[in-house]
Amino acid sequence: MMTRRKWAAAAVGGVAGWTAVTKGKDLGLVPAGLTGGLYAAGEVLTHATQKLLTKHGNAREFTRDQISPKPFATTHPPKNEDYVRMQQAGFADWRLKVDGLVEKPGVELSLADLHAAKASSQITQLVCEEGWSYIAEWKGVPLGDVLRQLQPKPEAKYVAFLTIQDGWWDSIDMDEANHPQTLIAYEMNGAPIPPQHGGPMRLRVPRQLGYKSLKFINRMIVTDDIRAVQNGRGSGAVGAGYSWYAGI
Amino acid sequence: MAVPVVTGRHARLVRVTHALTTLCFLALVITGAEIIISHPRFYWGEVGNVNTPSLFDIPIPASRPWVNTGYGFVMPDQNGWSRSLHFQMAWLLVFTAFIYGTWGLRTGHFQRIASYYNTAQRRTYLLVIFALMPFMIWTGLAMSPAIVGTFPFLVTLLGGHQSARTLHFFTTLALLLFIAGHVVMVIRTGFRSNVRAITVGGDTQA
Repeated sequence: MMTRRKWAAAAVGGVAGWTAVTKGKDLGLVPAGLTGGLYAAGEVLTHATQKLLTKHGNAREFTRDQISPKPFATTHPPKNEDYVRMQQAGFADWRLKVDGLVEKPGVELSLADLHAAKASSQITQLVCEEGWSYIAEWKGVPLGDVLRQLQPKPEAKYVAFLTIQDGWWDSIDMDEANHPQTLIAYEMNGAPIPPQHGGPMRLRVPRQLGYKSLKFINRMIVTDDIRAVQNGRGSGAVGAGYSWYAGI
Repeated sequence: MAVPVVTGRHARLVRVTHALTTLCFLALVITGAEIIISHPRFYWGEVGNVNTPSLFDIPIPASRPWVNTGYGFVMPDQNGWSRSLHFQMAWLLVFTAFIYGTWGLRTGHFQRIASYYNTAQRRTYLLVIFALMPFMIWTGLAMSPAIVGTFPFLVTLLGGHQSARTLHFFTTLALLLFIAGHVVMVIRTGFRSNVRAITVGGDTQA
């Protein structure tokens, strides 16, 4: 039986829900590239809740003696010609090309450019959505520092990364991009990142699952419209059924 | 808000939340199994992967070629949608549990459970509701890198990321054991009337 009190509670709940949905989009609580599929409700709930709860949190950091002696990687080094050629030349020609909503689009970052910038190190756990994990030390340049140099336009909402492998791409929102632990990494455990672990340049997003930490990155696109990038769904992993937000 | 005690009858709210819980649990077990198939090895502590020794393996082929299970066969990969459905059903279960729990506390439902069933049943039901289900949610959240970044104690208290995953699995086994016993009791005390009582409503014989 619906009493008057229950009707009032339902009405308040309905208004609150409607406000949450409309405001949620403005606050960046709705995940990128959401197409309203079967799992949209769960994805919005997870992303919104985790974003509100963990916005200022840092990924756990570990001590040197906790570093995994034999870190695991599921991929082999890319076999494509460009990669092999650049690998033989010590990746001196590798570039991360920046496009999109920045003051100076077309900037190309080399390994030397990254080495010249102020470095940041972290010993964090890489957790794969399959269930396995390892701990490693990563050194690189905080993406937030790079973005400050590039001066994103105020309307920028996402930073997308493309790789030397077609279809492997992903994106993060500006909060994650500016998080101090989000790195463009070039060293793993004190040496250049080995090819199977994504060398020479790998994105490191330790607050999310491994698939966000893209390997072999060579293009960066700052955008306000994720639907205009690649498959339009914010991530190459979405095609395989994985959610854009990978904090869970 | 006190609901009169009618021995042998389930309140409508119990019937609806029972149906939702059953649906969620079924989906969570199936999708959980699919997620495990992508890496059917379990570890203790912080890290674990195919380069480290496992605590135990589930003797099934994996859906990933790099997990050497000895079968020489790779299962179809169902991890993507399984994860999405797993989290969505976990949300639905949390909402259902919240409604059931709030109602139960306000109406004296849990005291009624305590007085209606025998000691073993009572302990089991209260253990499932107040210990196993919350621990399931805890161990699940403890696997999220974002959540444990902000609330590290969720995972450190359990002994690490891989311990959380292993405990999540063990708790599933405990819940499956409960359900096996639950179904046996339902059958032995009058299957038809019990099922009628928990779905459309009506008296049970027990």
